[in-house]
Amino acid sequence: MTMTNHTDNVADLVRKEYEHGFFTDIETDTVAPGLSEATIALISKKKEEPTWLLEWRLKAYRHWLTMADPNWTQLNIDPIDYQAISYYSAPKSKDDKLKSIDEVDPKLLETYEKLGIPLQEQMILAGVAVDAVFDSVSVATTFKEKLADAGVIFCSFSEAVKEHPALVKKYLGSVVPAADNFFAALNSAVFTDGSFVYIPKGVRCPMELSTYFRINASNTGQFERTLIIADEASHVSYLEGCTAPMRDENQLHAAVVELVALTDAQIKYATVQNWYPGDENGVGGIYNFVTKRGDCRGDNAKISWTQVETGSAITWKYPSCILKGDNTVGEFYSVAVTNNYQQADTGTKMIHIGKNTRSTIISKGISARHAQQSYRGLVKISKNADNARNHTQCDSLLMGDQCGAHTFPYIEAKNSTATVEHEATTAKISEEQLFYCRQRGIKEEDAINMIVNGFCREVFKELPMEFAVEAQKLLGVTLEGAVG
Amino acid sequence: MLNIQNLHAKIGGKEILKGLNLSVNAGEVHAIMGPNGSGKSTLANVLAGRDGCDVSKGTVTYDGQDLLKLTPEERAWAGLFLAFQYPVEIPGVNNVYLLKAAVNAVRKYRGEAELDAVEFLALIKKKMKIVKMQEELLNRSVNEGFSGGEKKRNEIFQMSILEPKLAILDETDSGLDIDALKIVAEGVNSLCNEARSIILVTHYQRLLDYIKPDHVHVLSGGKIIKSGGSDLALELEKKGYDWIKEEVA
Repeated sequence: MTMTNHTDNVADLVRKEYEHGFFTDIETDTVAPGLSEATIALISKKKEEPTWLLEWRLKAYRHWLTMADPNWTQLNIDPIDYQAISYYSAPKSKDDKLKSIDEVDPKLLETYEKLGIPLQEQMILAGVAVDAVFDSVSVATTFKEKLADAGVIFCSFSEAVKEHPALVKKYLGSVVPAADNFFAALNSAVFTDGSFVYIPKGVRCPMELSTYFRINASNTGQFERTLIIADEASHVSYLEGCTAPMRDENQLHAAVVELVALTDAQIKYATVQNWYPGDENGVGGIYNFVTKRGDCRGDNAKISWTQVETGSAITWKYPSCILKGDNTVGEFYSVAVTNNYQQADTGTKMIHIGKNTRSTIISKGISARHAQQSYRGLVKISKNADNARNHTQCDSLLMGDQCGAHTFPYIEAKNSTATVEHEATTAKISEEQLFYCRQRGIKEEDAINMIVNGFCREVFKELPMEFAVEAQKLLGVTLEGAVG
Repeated sequence: MLNIQNLHAKIGGKEILKGLNLSVNAGEVHAIMGPNGSGKSTLANVLAGRDGCDVSKGTVTYDGQDLLKLTPEERAWAGLFLAFQYPVEIPGVNNVYLLKAAVNAVRKYRGEAELDAVEFLALIKKKMKIVKMQEELLNRSVNEGFSGGEKKRNEIFQMSILEPKLAILDETDSGLDIDALKIVAEGVNSLCNEARSIILVTHYQRLLDYIKPDHVHVLSGGKIIKSGGSDLALELEKKGYDWIKEEVA
């Protein structure tokens, strides 16, 4: 690969992008910055949406206007100017993209190399204009045929609104109501696209649904909306994310993900999130404020969340399960890594409503340098949730003496037959462990990697094999040089 | 092989080694004995390059190199192995995985091809028999939940796989019952050869019932105060350490 003497580092590249702000050029199909009912009507019109959806958006917007930025987290968030954001932007034209890979920051390319990403994908990730038709397109087509044979619907949200309006209307906002919280309300008002999945009764989805590629245009939106419905006795495993750091000009990401599992259905949802975290001084970086919730609506349903969060300047998310049906199961496996000045306030909510419901929470937090991280979890046992059981385990690993780990477990039990367990540990990578590995000939950096991956093993084993391998590499890259 | 001259070392500002001299040739087994607090473990840690052991004076030459200039991993690559007195637990890290990483790090340094999973497993199978390592320990996390004896056996197993030029066994006998002691000793004996030097750091003579040293040294007050053959160990066992201190004084 040719590396030029282009010396901009990632931070410069991203900052520059921010300084230029958001597009105001109406000709290029981008709405002027600012949020009003007119903007929302315009978005809805551009997407040729039915009236009910526009009404739904406007209702969300009107509610949002009455809400205030949440401030109950353990996060330091600079005020966000919602009027400075452009809420609709057509896909980037080639003119906006970099002309060749030589223009890409070498540091970014170095990271791609370490993660073992093929050159063509590197170019797409870095925002280089690419003319060639990729193999993946044909791969995607093959996949689509196979899915269609099984009756599985997997398409962009916009397409679903047009092709499957009844399903969208029935389930949209049924798990995360439009007025649920500040960012969910904002998303409901202005979301532009996302993914839609429907698995029919009794169907086991023939493949892991994922962004076939490391990126997928419809999945990188600023306000994305995902809706997954697993009908009775169906199974689906969905992978979201990107192991490579992405060049992205939007600072605020407020996504909503809704999962619905009907009787006997199972949904497994895995995320690897590696948005740009800002530079080592805490400048720049993405705000990742996501509302993810799954509803085990029928008996014996199961929803499992697995997340590996290494990116973003600020992460604010609590993928949750509502265990409505009897014998339903909710799981949450999480690894969150914060380095430099990154902040994360993440965890889950397990709402036990049905009888004999079970939930498991395993959260592994790693903080390095000045990073701050909180686990925040709610286990709620409702009055009728006889024999509900929860097991929670929160482990924190600290690297260095200026970072912090905080745990906020909330337990509300209204049924005396419930069993709720909470275990929490905080540890440091000990000098002893490092010296032991080094004495065996393993370099300090590799030793740290090994120990950190060992710490996260319980979560990684929940990821599909290929993803797990990438996640391990990612951890190494994220924590590079964090000790010493 | 190893030549230590007038070694002074401090831990936390306190001088522990105060002018230690020791010379070990290839193929020799040396026992370093001494009362508690005499500096035995400090010596082992200084040789392995542990942080916090500050050498204030003296030289250590290993295989023609200035050992003190090397990082701990460089010392390992050069064939120095320390069997730890208290092997550390590393949760979630598979025992075999750690060992494979270690072997391949050393091979890489030597310019040899790294072993793949199949080759490495073959090596493990062979070595397991030598030190009577239980198979079920292999796939557990490093030392996690191991008994004292299992930890020590794991150290010797690692040594057999890494095939060091100089092995330092820091109180490998401590905390072992007699059966475990025998197994560990047999393992060490099977690894003795004319190219490999071994330094046994021990408080008690009983390990030396099973491993016969060529030289025995008594360490006291941060110096070697007496050296002799294997009969010196027996004498120490009978009379304790005080008579030497008196003799030397």
